[in-house]
Amino acid sequence: MNGRPGMNSSREKAKDFKNTIIRLVKELKGYRLLITFSLILAILGSILSIVAPDKLSLLTNEIQEALQIDTDNLETLNEHIKTETTEENIYKSFGNIISLNITNEKVDEIKNSDELSKSEKEAFNNFKENGSQISGLIALSNNVLNIILDESIYKETLISTKDKIKLINNISDMSKYPDSIKETLFDEITIDDTVVSSEDQITYINLMQNVTDSSELMIKLVSMPDSISKVLSNKVNWDQIKIITINLLVLYIFSATFTYLESISMTDVANKFARKLRRNISTKINRLPLKYFDKHRIGDILSRVTNDIDMIAQSMNNSLATLVSALTLFIGTIIMMFVTNYVMAFTAIIASFIGFILMFIVLIKSQKYFIQRQIEIGNLNAHIEEIYSGINVVKAYNGQKDANSKFDQLNKKVYNCNKKGQFLSGIMMPIMHFVGNLGYVAVCIVGALLTSNESITFGVIVAFIVYVRLFTSPLSQIAQAMTSIQSTAAASERVFEFLDEKEMDDESHIVKKLSKEEVKGNIEFKNITFKYDGNDKPTIYNFSAEAKPGQKIAIVGPTGAGKTTMVNLLMKFYDITDGDIIIDGVSTKEISRENVHELFTMVLQDTWIFNGTIKENIVFNNKNVKQDEIEKVCKKVGIHHLIKTMSKGYDTIINDDDSVSAGERQLITIVRGMIDNAPFLILDEATSNVDTRTEELVQEAMDKLAQNKTSFIIAHRLSTIKNADLILVMKDGNIIEQGTHDNLLKQKGFYYELYNAQFEK
Amino acid sequence: MLKLLKKRTEWIMVAISVILIALQVWLDLKMPDYMSNITVLVQTPNSEIKDILINGGYMLLCALGSLILSILVGYLAATISAGLAKELRKSLFHKVEDMSMDDVKSFRTSSLITRTTNDVTQIQMFISMGLQLLIKAPITAVWAVTKILNKNWEWSLLTGIAVLVLLFTIGILIIVVLPRFKKVQELTDNINGVMRENLTGIRVVRAFNAEKYQEDKFENVNNKLTKLQLFNQKTFGILSPVMYLIMYCLTLAIYFVGARLIDAANMADKITLFGDMVVFSSYAMQVIMSFLMLAMIFMILPRAEVSAARINEVLDVKIKIKDGKVKIGKNGVQGKVEFKNVNFKYPNAEEYVLKNISFVANQGETVAFIGLTGSGKSTLINLVPRFYDVTEGEVLVDDVNVKDYEQESLHNLIGYVPQKAVIFKGTIKSNVAYGEDGRGKKSEEKIKEAIKVAQAKEFVNKMPKKYDTQISQGGTNISGGQKQRLSIARAVARDPEIYIFDDTFSALDFKTDAKLRKELKEYTKNATTLIVAQRIGTIMHADKIIVLEDGKCVGMGTHKELLKNCKVYKQIALSQLSEGEL
Repeated sequence: MNGRPGMNSSREKAKDFKNTIIRLVKELKGYRLLITFSLILAILGSILSIVAPDKLSLLTNEIQEALQIDTDNLETLNEHIKTETTEENIYKSFGNIISLNITNEKVDEIKNSDELSKSEKEAFNNFKENGSQISGLIALSNNVLNIILDESIYKETLISTKDKIKLINNISDMSKYPDSIKETLFDEITIDDTVVSSEDQITYINLMQNVTDSSELMIKLVSMPDSISKVLSNKVNWDQIKIITINLLVLYIFSATFTYLESISMTDVANKFARKLRRNISTKINRLPLKYFDKHRIGDILSRVTNDIDMIAQSMNNSLATLVSALTLFIGTIIMMFVTNYVMAFTAIIASFIGFILMFIVLIKSQKYFIQRQIEIGNLNAHIEEIYSGINVVKAYNGQKDANSKFDQLNKKVYNCNKKGQFLSGIMMPIMHFVGNLGYVAVCIVGALLTSNESITFGVIVAFIVYVRLFTSPLSQIAQAMTSIQSTAAASERVFEFLDEKEMDDESHIVKKLSKEEVKGNIEFKNITFKYDGNDKPTIYNFSAEAKPGQKIAIVGPTGAGKTTMVNLLMKFYDITDGDIIIDGVSTKEISRENVHELFTMVLQDTWIFNGTIKENIVFNNKNVKQDEIEKVCKKVGIHHLIKTMSKGYDTIINDDDSVSAGERQLITIVRGMIDNAPFLILDEATSNVDTRTEELVQEAMDKLAQNKTSFIIAHRLSTIKNADLILVMKDGNIIEQGTHDNLLKQKGFYYELYNAQFEK
Repeated sequence: MLKLLKKRTEWIMVAISVILIALQVWLDLKMPDYMSNITVLVQTPNSEIKDILINGGYMLLCALGSLILSILVGYLAATISAGLAKELRKSLFHKVEDMSMDDVKSFRTSSLITRTTNDVTQIQMFISMGLQLLIKAPITAVWAVTKILNKNWEWSLLTGIAVLVLLFTIGILIIVVLPRFKKVQELTDNINGVMRENLTGIRVVRAFNAEKYQEDKFENVNNKLTKLQLFNQKTFGILSPVMYLIMYCLTLAIYFVGARLIDAANMADKITLFGDMVVFSSYAMQVIMSFLMLAMIFMILPRAEVSAARINEVLDVKIKIKDGKVKIGKNGVQGKVEFKNVNFKYPNAEEYVLKNISFVANQGETVAFIGLTGSGKSTLINLVPRFYDVTEGEVLVDDVNVKDYEQESLHNLIGYVPQKAVIFKGTIKSNVAYGEDGRGKKSEEKIKEAIKVAQAKEFVNKMPKKYDTQISQGGTNISGGQKQRLSIARAVARDPEIYIFDDTFSALDFKTDAKLRKELKEYTKNATTLIVAQRIGTIMHADKIIVLEDGKCVGMGTHKELLKNCKVYKQIALSQLSEGEL
């Protein structure tokens, strides 16, 4: 949001992507250690995030175990019941329970009984003849049984005759066994400290009839007696769960720490790098020849300092680490997938790939609109700027209709690009989300199919569910990081382009120096020829002149005649093509630019005030100036009183806007020049923007400034230069006449015309 | 902010978005159910492929539905935000066009430009992102909370704690970092400022050997910005790891507590508990995410709020200058300008800029205004095209009060040339033919003639495509004097009854100034000319010179008369020309 609207061209593509990136890497040399450190952290973080879900699914599994049947116990129980229910054992038990004791009295009783039928008696006889086997009891009637069976104690339980009869009658249906028998039939068994009673075992056997698989068992488990259900259900393995939980916690904390360390070291690098680039630009500005600034707009340089560098810092801060960790995650997951199962891996990748293509299309399209939007916004902003800054003309010339229709047209274009670009970039996330879900379902289905072939285990599916999530999430991050790296390349390219501009010639070898205090003020122009780069004709051709100490040289001519060229040459802002300027017998080529600047005081027409106090503006870089000296000069110029009337006197903050009038600004710059106090003076006269009274003040101040100095005055008022020792008349960049006022008037040339023009009707 | 959403269609779209987003949330929240079904099915041996397919199908349907809905919502959001931005820009643009010049001045042009461009973009970005979040987050939060609230109090408590920790962290960050974020803007402006001053004053900086001084100054603000940025970003960097940590730990805690619950439960409840646990943890994530989204809105809101306030400031300006109905002046009267006891002060100002000004300029006359800066010359002349309305008194053009004119008709009578030449992007021709004068399109000859009169023919002929040469925005490819001459040609091409030159000639050198005025005089014989000037030379031959001091008329007459009887005039004249020259 910085800088001027419409200037943000950071979405452009770099002209030479590869070399710019190489250059960028080179520039980052000093930060390599920190960058490597944070990239390693990013990789570690990604690895942790591949590991963590695995651990979490371990935890889930562990909990899920508790939902499963404890197969060991199931086996023990079944084994126990099996042994209990072998023919041998069961008959043994039955024998003991029934404890058959057929006494002679009982035999007689049956024989003599009138109530028993003949067949009953016969059955009994058969039974006896067969050796009184227990299995034979079934064939006997209840009446007979009633006689032959007595109460008896089995396993400390009294078993009544009635119960015994009931048992014999229902021998094949355990559920109908009398309670006393149920309680005693099987031996109790203790599994995992739980006692499973005989009765429970019998219920279990009953329920287990017709049960074929474990899922049915799960359902039956609900109606099982508590002891059985307790024995069969798995215990949560607390030791294991605690270990996993602690592991995970440590993992998470590590991962968070890594991420944070990575982010702060990247932040550090990005901001310090940005600072370095800004600093480099700032110093570069002062090393560039002035001609650079003739060709380049200030806004352009400013936008490099803010927008472009911001762009670089931002994407270094966000994209680089994201890209690396996303790539790690991406590659890591692919490896993990293929190691686990290649069929599943292909499934996951193909499913995600569809999404990737979709996303790629969307990305390219939205990029297109964003670039277009940038252009359209630029156009619209330019129009708005144009109309707002010329609003008086627009109104006075009834230009509104025209302006509106153009505005509507541009506005609509921006709207269209905006809408489309925003829409497309907005649906990226939902698409990725969908791709994630698609991958999930695909993996589940293919996984389930493979399990039915028994080629993979369930654990593989669970693992893939995690992998597919991990696999799809970095894709969009990678795509985004790529585009932002592209913008970074474009931004870097512009910054480097500026930093690589040709600098002024090195002057460190120059040792000769003219002292400010000792220079008398002689200056000689010797056959000077000067040509601007790219111009065919020289702007100044073979110009010679001489000025003695204290003389006043005026430069006049219409606007655009090249008066500032003279200033540029005098100040060594530009190098002379041919000829020489000689100060006190020393060529300016032999002394440094800095030295030349020292010898000149320069006060320009477009006053330069920076944001700071009045005092700061006056003192500028002259650190040794004392307050009373400043006040002395201000009094001399006649601005002291005015400054004193301001809210904070000399400490009032002023800036480049309208807070001080043009005249006052001019006066402040004159004071600044007087403090500088050099043997030569370059003075650009005040323009018409200053009102007449202030102008008089400025004029006076300028006269005072020019005292005892060899001065060059760029004149706008002809009346003020009549007493000049030399007048240079310039037209179309050439010095066409030179001489004193009187001489020039006599020549009846251009100066004469110029001078008389001000009285013309 | 909401004030900006004005149109009914926009609100309807917002309403539709709410419904669509609610549907989407419903689908999103449905997915974890299917997901856990699938998970259970996959993990149960011998489960039917058919069941997985069915559940998977449902889940994909949900996902697809959610995708379609979010595409629809995305489309609506883009339409709303881009449309809103378009409308905002339009109403701002129109407002600025209709504003009186003092409103434009008090806002400052550059500020008006940023309000129309950057601030609107800011709002657009907020709406496009914020709108969806603002609707989705609360719906998701509430919905997800109701889904899990009755499931288990221990888990709910855990989620509650996690949300509180999250909000607490964000709260602290907002308190610590947000004010500093605003400062970043300030420091960036400083960076820009120092760099700009170094660039604009590059000659002075070099002349004073102050390179080091400037570099140190820059380094100072550079360091300040870097330090602040580092603090901000490092502090803010905590958010993401902490956020993930909270989310992961919550899942872990839910599972851990879940293990305990399952362990204690009997076999029958275990399975339901487990299912609940899986579902709960995914809903809990949704709750956390939605709170996070809400927090994000609060972070981007202040910036958008500032922009909204700045936009509203402009939109709330009352249009002071209202159109009248009169289309032409009094019958038979042409080129007459009359001020009758005009007083003028800017709104809210205490001092009058103009006090009791009366004069008449008849057809063909040249009336000049001179005075010190701040004496009110420009303001006076700007009352004629009604850039401002008088506070008291009347300004009459052709014997009709300017307030009674339809603005367009009034402007048709006037050829106005401002002090600072305004050049539009286009060709030389289009610049000269600019605007409408109620007489249709200007002919080629007319344009060429105007260019000739304005002394621009010579340089125009030297340009690569002559009259069709492209001029870049702001006229950067031509010089100041050339711009001024083109802007004079623009006035000439209108053939107005009244010319207004607001300090137009000072950008020209004496010679061009003199020649131009001479030809102009010949060409505009029947037109009335009002001139504001600084140079005596420019106005000394005027029919009437009005000398202003502190908004009062302190002298009126010809050059000679004023030299005799007006002290202020004589003073001004003497400062520019010597006694002999006068």
